[in-house]
Amino acid sequence: MELNVAGKTINLTDDGYLTNLSQWDKEVALAIAKEEEVELTDAHFKVIEWVQTQFKNGVSLSVRGVKSSGVVDIKEFYALFPGGPLKKATRIAGIPKPQSCI
Amino acid sequence: MKNLLILGAGTAGTMMANHLRPKLKQNQWKITIVDQFKTHYYQPGFLFLPFDTYSEDQVKKVGKKFIPKGVNYIQKKIERILPQENKVELVDEIIQYDILIIATGSKIAPEETEGLLGPLWKKDIFDFYTFEGALALRNKLREWKGGELVVHLTEMPIKCPVAPLEFSFLADSFFREKGMRDKVEITYVTPLTGAFTKPTCSTALSYLLEEKNIKMIPDFSIEMVDNEKKELVDFEGKSIPFDLLVTIPTNMGDDLIKRSGMGDELNFVPTHKHTLQSEAHENIFVIGDATNVPASKAGSVAHFQAETLTDNIILYINGYTLKEEFDGHANCFIETGHNKALLIDFNYVTEPVHGTFPFAGIGPLSLLKESVLNHWGKLAFRWIYWNMLLKGIPIPFVSRNMSFKGKIFDIKR
Repeated sequence: MELNVAGKTINLTDDGYLTNLSQWDKEVALAIAKEEEVELTDAHFKVIEWVQTQFKNGVSLSVRGVKSSGVVDIKEFYALFPGGPLKKATRIAGIPKPQSCI
Repeated sequence: MKNLLILGAGTAGTMMANHLRPKLKQNQWKITIVDQFKTHYYQPGFLFLPFDTYSEDQVKKVGKKFIPKGVNYIQKKIERILPQENKVELVDEIIQYDILIIATGSKIAPEETEGLLGPLWKKDIFDFYTFEGALALRNKLREWKGGELVVHLTEMPIKCPVAPLEFSFLADSFFREKGMRDKVEITYVTPLTGAFTKPTCSTALSYLLEEKNIKMIPDFSIEMVDNEKKELVDFEGKSIPFDLLVTIPTNMGDDLIKRSGMGDELNFVPTHKHTLQSEAHENIFVIGDATNVPASKAGSVAHFQAETLTDNIILYINGYTLKEEFDGHANCFIETGHNKALLIDFNYVTEPVHGTFPFAGIGPLSLLKESVLNHWGKLAFRWIYWNMLLKGIPIPFVSRNMSFKGKIFDIKR
């Protein structure tokens, strides 16, 4: 799949996740957030930045990780990305969703 | 005389003792292995205990039997690793090491979830990741009259990530054979986006849940168990009622890792994912479930890691650069019920593929597809485990790195 944002073509997996974080920017985030019906604020971008840093360090996103992030608590995390915050936050942040081996 | 010390005599530790003893000269290297428990369990068998497919005796043996001659076996509790001093403190002695291998595994931590260890634990709430848990669940299933069965996975990573799904499939078979499937609702609950999170698997395998009439609830991150209402409650306040809950609690590395200040949040040891050297200390290596590497926590992974780690320890001793070889290879049978199973083969970067295993075009096992032969392969594996795998005898034609021969990467929809 592909996503076109401001004249750029972004590569997506079949379920809509970026295949390459280097293609991510704020405009991409805003476009995906719109599909997820999330209106991005500064608080969202703080979480997104943290999620991306974790990903670069090889840590996949989990509720436990959020709990000890110091950036946001779990209730706020759910409030920012209601109805499936792990999948929404990763998708908007341009990283793969948390996975199992199959 | 130099000392190589292995902590943990489970699958990974036992294999390392067997691999290394013939390779290190007896007059130069003393090898010691420490484990506080007498019994070695065949953990994949825990999946079959609750359904009375395996008996207790089929999944346990005395661990010492599998430690080779010439290896010093100590059955004592380990108090602490002192990596700065190259020492390990046991309950009543201190051992100095030149090289340390940490193989202390992972375990369930039900105390991490509020209410899980409440009044319903082992009454209506069970795990099957421990011998005791699997047996208690077997006794419950023998007499259970039916209702809402919820199979639940708390958070990733867990040991053998496919086990909860296999449990659901086997439960469907079990209740059908007992003639009471119509009295049981099976629900599979996961914090992930679905039962299958990789596109190849979701395409090839999603039919299984529908075929077996298993309801799936995704994106559910548990906050607590309400023992009075018999419900799982998530952080958004959503609840799932159950009559019988089979849960996979949080999995964590051993408390020893925490006591030694060497782990991450879940007590897993930061480890180089291709060399298996610890990130913090060059003479410490980590293998199996104890690492934080993003491979599955499974015996097959430990088996493939053991081959790379053996080579790397020899390279390290001789002053050479380590091989960045381990690719995250895993190879697992997945029981789907009714005497059928799937086989999957994958690594860090390649999703489970179609094809045949271990021989290109011939098989006899088929990948990512249900077959009776795969089921027999899974059952035969118990013999292979006790008689070949633990002893470090190579399994013919199965290589440490993932082979791409005879495998199909583009899935037809």
